[in-house]
Amino acid sequence: MSAPIISLESLTTTTSSGQLLTTAKSGGCASSSCGLSSRPTDMDSATWEKIKDHPCFSEEAHHYFARMHVAVAPACNIQCNYCHRKYDCANESRPGVVSEKLTPDQALRKVIAVANEVPQLSVLGVAGPGDACYDWEKTRATFERVAREIPDIKLCISTNGLALPEHVDELAELNISHVTITINMVDPAVGEKIYPWIFYRHRRYTGMDAAKILHERQMLGLEMLSERGILTKINSVMIPGVNDQHLIEVNKWVKERGAFLHNVMPLISDPAHGTWFGLTGQRGPNAFELKELQDRLEGGAKLMRHCRQCRADAVGLLGTDRGQEFTLDQIPVEVAYNGGKRHAYREVVARIRDDHLAAKDQAITTLASVSARGTLQVAVATKGGGRINEHFGHAKEFQIYEASQAGIKFVGHRQVEPYCHGGWGEDANLVGIIAALEGIDIVLCARIGDCPKKKLMEAGIRATEAFGYDYIETAISDLYATEYGDDLSQATA
Amino acid sequence: MAFKIIASQCTQCGACEFECPSGAIEFKGENYVINPDKCTECEGVYEAQQCASVCPMPKTCVPA
Repeated sequence: MSAPIISLESLTTTTSSGQLLTTAKSGGCASSSCGLSSRPTDMDSATWEKIKDHPCFSEEAHHYFARMHVAVAPACNIQCNYCHRKYDCANESRPGVVSEKLTPDQALRKVIAVANEVPQLSVLGVAGPGDACYDWEKTRATFERVAREIPDIKLCISTNGLALPEHVDELAELNISHVTITINMVDPAVGEKIYPWIFYRHRRYTGMDAAKILHERQMLGLEMLSERGILTKINSVMIPGVNDQHLIEVNKWVKERGAFLHNVMPLISDPAHGTWFGLTGQRGPNAFELKELQDRLEGGAKLMRHCRQCRADAVGLLGTDRGQEFTLDQIPVEVAYNGGKRHAYREVVARIRDDHLAAKDQAITTLASVSARGTLQVAVATKGGGRINEHFGHAKEFQIYEASQAGIKFVGHRQVEPYCHGGWGEDANLVGIIAALEGIDIVLCARIGDCPKKKLMEAGIRATEAFGYDYIETAISDLYATEYGDDLSQATA
Repeated sequence: MAFKIIASQCTQCGACEFECPSGAIEFKGENYVINPDKCTECEGVYEAQQCASVCPMPKTCVPA
């Protein structure tokens, strides 16, 4: 099918909505009259309204919308064995890490500066270091200031849950629509191995007592949020040998209590990080162990598979971090909000999303029409917008899709060091990329040079630019039909 | 009778500041400091010193 193509650069770098609508390829019907509103068929419309602009709560939205985190609440009320509070480095990218702590007023300046420049911005989160509910006064002050200036930004927090119950009513009053709770256990005997202590009601608890209190507060907080219709995402850190099998139980508990999404994340562990787990040699899971567990959790609470474990001061689409462009020293003292770019971008997205959904539906029809059974593992280089629009050599990550007759499933992402450096291919990086793409049948990208293509082929991985700028689902379904279909002439190439 | 903060180990999270029942802790210049004239070591209020109980860094809020 033909579809209007909008280059993401034009969306993110131009200012007028006229320019935003410039298409990179000749377009056909924008199909905005279909009334689809891009809503997946398995979701009610009220829920879809809540998540359609939230990149962390919707895999579909993460192709279009960006989040930013502000580190305004550094105080924490628990100690986790995967966290060391002294850690601070601009080169590291993982949760809890931040280079710049902000006051609520500084955070407001930063949010306005980002909103003026990053049209995809839809969500502001307070996600550590520290705990947004425990360091509540700063969290609240930040949200109040930002909501006054940018009323249409979605507000969300991430919390360990210990101080959550006492703030649920205020969260609702502040229109905080999305809350993430990190829940690593529902059995204090497991919790004891993850949390050395908590600080609760003016005293420090350790061991089983600590884990028991934390567990009870987490469950209570989750139930209270569900009662108020606030969407919840449960983050669980997968720690092999400690809670990996136990997370199946966690998934059941949180589903029963109304959790909207469950995000199982691999433990990041390194002695250099100074954490208890890092120093004691506790390893994190590999990509296959993680996927195996995620696959076993299918059918329980809905899984999030597109998490990039971003820094606590990340800015931009998931998978990219523009945080370094927006450090305080680069932001003027006086900065006024101008919503022009964001509004223009939203208009464009509203139009192309229906088109994207129609393409997805068509892809499912194509897959279902194939009689032979088989699966394809596909790695995609994309800059967003749901299209294959990144050059192989520029990709910092590949999105992984699994195609079968039943449909196309986003199963995760693999991060790599880009192949191109200053216009030249880096052979050492190619070795790393090939290793990262283990198990992949086909790589789809906008462009690829002959040399890396040949090297990939030698490693048993095909790469093609034949589907450049197509929708990801359209390309994968066509590929699938070519691989497994009876009538090869139907497949496009 | 007072506590102090070892500045080199402090992460400046500020938890001690709002847990202190005596309002003895303030961010001054580049560090959190405990005013020894105000610090009571939480005696008569809590079982344990609040700053030391909440501090994420071991042996950072200690007797002066």
